[in-house]
Amino acid sequence: MSDRVYKVYAIENGTVIDHIPTPMALKVVEILGIGSGGVFTLGVGFQSKRLPGGKDILKIENRVLSRNETDIISLIAPNATINIIREGRVQEKRRISLPESITGVMLCPNPNCATNMLGAPRKFRLENRSLVTYRCQYCERVTGVISENLVSPER
Amino acid sequence: MSSFSGRSIISLRDMSVSELWRIVEASGEVKSGKHPGLLSGLGVASLFFEPSTRTRLSFESAVLKGGGTVFGFADPGSSSQKKGESFADSVRTVTGYCDAMIIRHPVEGAARMASELSSVPVINAGDGSNQHPTQTFLDLFTIFESVGRLEGLCVGLMGDLKYGRTVHSLAHAMALFGARMVFISPSSLAMPPHVLTELAESGISFRVVSSPEEAQDSEMDVLYVTRIQKERFGDPQEYESVAHSYRVTRETVAVLGDSIKIMHPLPRVDEIAEEVDSLPNAIYFRQAHNGIPTRQALLGLVTGGIS
Repeated sequence: MSDRVYKVYAIENGTVIDHIPTPMALKVVEILGIGSGGVFTLGVGFQSKRLPGGKDILKIENRVLSRNETDIISLIAPNATINIIREGRVQEKRRISLPESITGVMLCPNPNCATNMLGAPRKFRLENRSLVTYRCQYCERVTGVISENLVSPER
Repeated sequence: MSSFSGRSIISLRDMSVSELWRIVEASGEVKSGKHPGLLSGLGVASLFFEPSTRTRLSFESAVLKGGGTVFGFADPGSSSQKKGESFADSVRTVTGYCDAMIIRHPVEGAARMASELSSVPVINAGDGSNQHPTQTFLDLFTIFESVGRLEGLCVGLMGDLKYGRTVHSLAHAMALFGARMVFISPSSLAMPPHVLTELAESGISFRVVSSPEEAQDSEMDVLYVTRIQKERFGDPQEYESVAHSYRVTRETVAVLGDSIKIMHPLPRVDEIAEEVDSLPNAIYFRQAHNGIPTRQALLGLVTGGIS
């Protein structure tokens, strides 16, 4: 049954994020800060040729994510595909790449950093694209990206 | 207007080679008496959220000798932090009382955060194990003053290269000037891989050896010695043996050659024998004293007293 391939309802307007490695879709919801409002549909654990461990799909209704927001997804799902949907049609297929800077959604692993001790805003700059490392703008330590350190921007 | 006017000085990572040159040059100008009273009429806040007598005295002396007024606190026990005021609120308040702010804080990134909240320039006087840029500026000025150049030198760094923020910053700065480097330390206190990677990526050649004598053929211009702290070692016997091997004596200086300059950020314990003090090679007290013109020059540059 071709209409049951994805088992997630189609949306008229909004953003579809496909090829999120299972089970990271909820993490994507968290770092996009969309958990507290709006409608989204989540599909978890579909078979995928590209992702042997399975893939998740997230459909966000009536919201077109900005380039900054979709680039943030690459921290968790570097191979995710983004489709912007308008009036039931794919209006834009967007490629994502590691963001040059990350604000708010990553915790610094250094416990003695001003972001953890003094309430400084969390800001990182890309240090090395191939190693996927970022430098904290406060304590200046370089860190890799681990999902445990990715949080909601509201936290 | 210089590129420094109104600017905070937080990290060596923010500085270009030409800006480092300007600081070195301005330090020389101040030392030679070119800018008398460059801080006159200015009020400088000195906020030491952790005690550091040497750095605080050097900054305060620099302000006073430049004709400015300095006020603040020497430890957080005597500040409103004790009453529960947040660091951010302390900075927001004091920024309205002064023309520049000197901050020492045990938390890494505190000075950067302060600079974002302050309307006057903030100078980082040490933030945890992260940065202490004015130490590096005075080191560069001392090297330039003693050797006559900064480009293409061979600099040996000896002692605790693992935890020493001073040596990491100096290595970073000297790399900008294309130095060759020699790292001399016990293996347990060796230069961290991330510093070596950064140097290698910027095309800097370096050697790792286990004693200064082994580096004899490197023809070092400067040997920068740092303290090996006893508390880094679990076993006191291991400390004793390491401390003994990393000691600069007259004999060491003779092996390394007449022209080598011996530096140390002080305080020293045993790592440089007192017999070395009277040699012309020993420049560590001049280095400490150079903290005054260097910090004066920096304050003058950021407050507009030097253009």
